[in-house]
Amino acid sequence: MTVVYILWLREVKKYLRSRVQMVASLGAPLMYLGVLGFGLGPVFRRAGEGSYLQFMAPGVIGMTVLFTAMFSGIAMLWDRQFGFLKETLVAPVPRLAIMIGRTLGGATVAVLQGLLIFAATLVAGFRPLSVLAVPLAFLLIALIAIVFAALATAIGSSLKEMQGFQMVMNFFVMPLWFLSGALYPLTGLPAALTVLTRIDPLTYGVDGVRGLMLGTSHFGVAVDVGVLLAVGALFVAAGAWRFSKIEA
Amino acid sequence: MGDRPIIRVQHIVKSFGDVVAVNDVSFDVRPGEIFAFLGPNGAGKTTTIRMLTTLLHPTAGALELDGLDVTTHRTDVRKRFGVVFQDPSLDSELTAWENMDIHGVLYHVPRHARRERCELLLRMFELWERRDDLVKTFSGGMKRRLEIARGLLHTPKVLFLDEPTLGLDPQSRNQMWTHVRDVRAAEGVTVFLTTHYMDEADRVADRIAVIDHGRLVATGSSAELKTQTGTDSLEAAFLALTGTTIRDESATAADQMRQVARVWRGR
Ligand SMILES: Nc1ncnc2c1ncn2[C@@H]1O[C@H](COP(=O)(O)OP(=O)(O)OP(=O)(O)O)[C@@H](O)[C@H]1O
Ligand SMILES: [Mg+2]
Repeated sequence: MTVVYILWLREVKKYLRSRVQMVASLGAPLMYLGVLGFGLGPVFRRAGEGSYLQFMAPGVIGMTVLFTAMFSGIAMLWDRQFGFLKETLVAPVPRLAIMIGRTLGGATVAVLQGLLIFAATLVAGFRPLSVLAVPLAFLLIALIAIVFAALATAIGSSLKEMQGFQMVMNFFVMPLWFLSGALYPLTGLPAALTVLTRIDPLTYGVDGVRGLMLGTSHFGVAVDVGVLLAVGALFVAAGAWRFSKIEA
Repeated sequence: MGDRPIIRVQHIVKSFGDVVAVNDVSFDVRPGEIFAFLGPNGAGKTTTIRMLTTLLHPTAGALELDGLDVTTHRTDVRKRFGVVFQDPSLDSELTAWENMDIHGVLYHVPRHARRERCELLLRMFELWERRDDLVKTFSGGMKRRLEIARGLLHTPKVLFLDEPTLGLDPQSRNQMWTHVRDVRAAEGVTVFLTTHYMDEADRVADRIAVIDHGRLVATGSSAELKTQTGTDSLEAAFLALTGTTIRDESATAADQMRQVARVWRGR
């Protein structure tokens, strides 16, 4: 238990110390928020869908959480060769404890980044339904963070080469984000896109956040939470299994 | 302890696909000695250490540390050794003290003992004044010393050092060995080190095992190796044993990656 805690604390401490990285990683989501949020706003309104900023703010929060969580796990590749990971792998503690500590740490950092970008959306004019909706939504966001931090651990433990990182980012993480319905409504899509959006776990995350923060959701919050819990359990198991197999 | 070897390696083999990195290697390490594994790049030194430190499964053969089978009693074995890897394994975004403290937690050293021992070791390795500085601000020599201090925190019986002086200037190298000898004298820890510096093996080690292309070609004290080969320097003995001199130039892919890593991290 102390082992999980100290490894979790390590990730959080490092995050809080790296102000530069904190701000830098907000760049992309802020750009989406600014450019698309205001740029596409008029079109969206004309199509009768209401405020685009309201619609996409949960998507941008989802994006931030996705990227931060995925990054934390994939940073493991570097860590394995030149960093702290080996130190933990030879310690007389179960691999599972190490995996959970790291993954929860990564997820916590992702939630903190999500909070920052949430604050930014408020400044930009985003207005959630009620103050009460926010903590609830962040519980769901924590769940999203765990889902993707665990997935990232599974991937990070399986890849051998540093080059794999770019591949994963371009062919996996980017599609997860574009297919999540963060930027467009889930109704009236072409058949192929409909299927793909339904396979993407982030879709349910963004939909759930919208449900809680705006009161409008496609699947219903209960379904969203159910899917995320199931996928989360699967990814945590996969992460634990892959992590236990690392040879460093 | 008696005469039982603290490390016993018997007919160990490790292959990666077609590459046989370690090929039927056997040797014993005695309690309390400084034992050097001497060999050129790619000889199989790191692979041997990775097997002894439970990170890699041997393809064949038996490994024992303090009487315990390394492959089946991993957790008990892990409590008994400390290790400094060839590549850095400190958290450079944390302070020296934090690095030590996490290690103490990972090895279940009780809080009070942890504090005392951290202080003792940081003082011993001349890092006490810098304990609250981030590790990324340390010099290469300081990082190495910190890694050694950390590896000793849980009072292990064996300390593995994989090329601990690589990239250090002669002064830092000497300083480091002075510290290691002091610790050995104070705590009786057995030191297993790898190096491709001949003079280092000669000066520091009680006994030396020469490894080349995954095979052990000789084991003995520096004097024994010289007698055995009828030569008057370890350099000449090595040449006689392996047919080559140790050169640094054959940089492996891993070496190149290390170079990049050093530039990136300003190490
Ligand atoms: N994971 C791996 N996959 C494939 N080959 C490997 C792997 N690890 C090591 N090898 C190969 O095994 C051989 C021994 O490598 P090892 O790292 O043990 O050498 P070393 O004696 O430590 O050399 P150096 O002085 O460069 O550190 C080399 O030919 C190396 O390329
Ligand atoms: Mg090596």
